Amino acid sequence: MGGTFAVLERHLTLYRRLWQASVFSSFILPILFVVSIGIGVGGYVSDIGGVSYLAWIVPGVLASTAFQQAVGESTFSVLGDFKWVRGYHAMRATPVRIWDMVAGWLLYIVFRVLIGAVAFLAVSAFFGAIHSAWVVVTPLVCALLAVAVAAPTIAFSARIENDSYFAMLFRFVVIPSTLFAGVFFPVSQLPEALRVLAYLSPLWHAVELCRSATLGVAPPWPVWAHLGYLVLWAVGGSLLAYASYRRRLKD
Amino acid sequence: MIYARNLVKRFGDFTAVDGIDLEVAPGEAFGFLGPNGAGKSSTMRMIGCVSHPTSGELRILGMDPVGEGSKIRGRLGVCPQMDNLDPDLTVFENLTTYARYFGIPRAEGRRRAAELLEFVQLTEKAGSTVEPLSGGMKRRLSIARAMINEPDLVLLDEPTTGLDPQARHLLWERLFRLKQRGVTLVLTTHYMDEAEQLCDRLVVMDGGKIVAEGSPRHLIEAHSTREVVELRFGDETPASYVEKLAGIGERLDPLPDRLLLYSADGDAAVSEVHRRGFTPSSVLVRRSTLEDVFLILTGRTLVD
Ligand SMILES: Nc1ncnc2c1ncn2[C@@H]1O[C@H](COP(=O)(O)OP(=O)(O)OP(=O)(O)O)[C@@H](O)[C@H]1O
Ligand SMILES: [Mg+2]
Repeated sequence: MGGTFAVLERHLTLYRRLWQASVFSSFILPILFVVSIGIGVGGYVSDIGGVSYLAWIVPGVLASTAFQQAVGESTFSVLGDFKWVRGYHAMRATPVRIWDMVAGWLLYIVFRVLIGAVAFLAVSAFFGAIHSAWVVVTPLVCALLAVAVAAPTIAFSARIENDSYFAMLFRFVVIPSTLFAGVFFPVSQLPEALRVLAYLSPLWHAVELCRSATLGVAPPWPVWAHLGYLVLWAVGGSLLAYASYRRRLKD
Repeated sequence: MIYARNLVKRFGDFTAVDGIDLEVAPGEAFGFLGPNGAGKSSTMRMIGCVSHPTSGELRILGMDPVGEGSKIRGRLGVCPQMDNLDPDLTVFENLTTYARYFGIPRAEGRRRAAELLEFVQLTEKAGSTVEPLSGGMKRRLSIARAMINEPDLVLLDEPTTGLDPQARHLLWERLFRLKQRGVTLVLTTHYMDEAEQLCDRLVVMDGGKIVAEGSPRHLIEAHSTREVVELRFGDETPASYVEKLAGIGERLDPLPDRLLLYSADGDAAVSEVHRRGFTPSSVLVRRSTLEDVFLILTGRTLVD
């Protein structure tokens, strides 16, 4: 456990030095999004399920920001720590274990996503887009989503040699997920085949959980099923990450 | 401290370390001397418990590096061949974050960091990020970082490669002080003067094997002569003189630019060269070094 927190502490120390670089993408961009789409586009779109379009997309943008942040942060930084900075090699020479490296990073991602989510919710509440006290659980849903997607992403980052794979990850995984996971429109609008893809995406489950919490309505699947699916990704992803880190640091 | 028997490391079909035996005692300064690709770093990584031996027996501090790696690493200080400092953190933060990996409390980490920066003369740079530091400063910081857990055994992989002579001498002096404090040092180098300065005992490695072992003085006595004469000729290649000078000294080694003549008495050998009617364009009589030992043992020079 001590090792995990030591690793977390190193990432936080780095973040304290470099936080300015991510202010726009983690705080300002999601707020601009809500303001422009929710208020601008919302004027042309009728209510969905009895709530304003703004109130409807806020939980979607909340979860998709967590999603993008968790994936985005786990790409170049992690590859860099294997390849250029060799921060993981530095840890490897100490009592820190591979699990500490994986868990320390995931905790760091959770921290990043939590502060982003809380800031975003504060602004959304100001615009009157929060309809239920259940909103307090949404940062936790975002944290779980973050682990569910960051874990397989760091596994991927630990296996590649070249950062050009990240462009493909964004183009073929992150962007389509964001577009078709119920963030901007209900997945019921999608044809059957695409809907299955949405169900497979961890983002959709987090979006539905957040939406049911901010609007105070029941999610489409039982809560345990949504949560269980995210936990499955988190556990499976962490095991993959462990195996990839181990392999990368073997010799 | 270190005990190895028939230690082997293979990468696929390639054998990087080919059955070596080692023993390092507490307080000793032990060196691996060898050219590029000799297997020095591969051996150091096995000793540092980050790479598992393919076969053979290895015990570090009396423990098994595979099963008790984390525990052993807690008592080692490692300065890798390739620096892996955090370039965006300050010099001071590099030490304090690293201290946390060993479970050292924050206040104690800061105290040791300040003390170590003093030791490697980087106190003025404490607040600077690592990125703009010179190679020598980074190396010194790496060594300071390796000392943060007050290790019983310090592993230094080419601590001074790429440094200018002044920076090297400063580092040597610091390492010598560590040795005086009773810290066990294991280092690799391709500089024979470094090995001579720092090591009580060393092994010469080539092609994954140990080709000689002993104290620097012992190695020179056992494998070389007391003196070496370096002869340069203006007209023909050094190789062409091997036959003409045959019988002088104990051994003749032609290098591309000079001829090495091994002899217990260098001056006498030079007189004999002149008596045979040859006039080299330059003559240098010097004491034999580990470089010569290496050349004799492997037929190659250490640094190209
Ligand atoms: N991870 C690895 N995978 C494959 N081959 C490797 C690996 N590490 C080292 N080798 C090979 O093993 C041999 C010995 O390498 P090693 O780094 O131990 O040499 P060295 O004595 O430290 O050399 P140098 O003086 O250049 O640092 C080299 O031929 C190298 O290419
Ligand atoms: Mg090496």
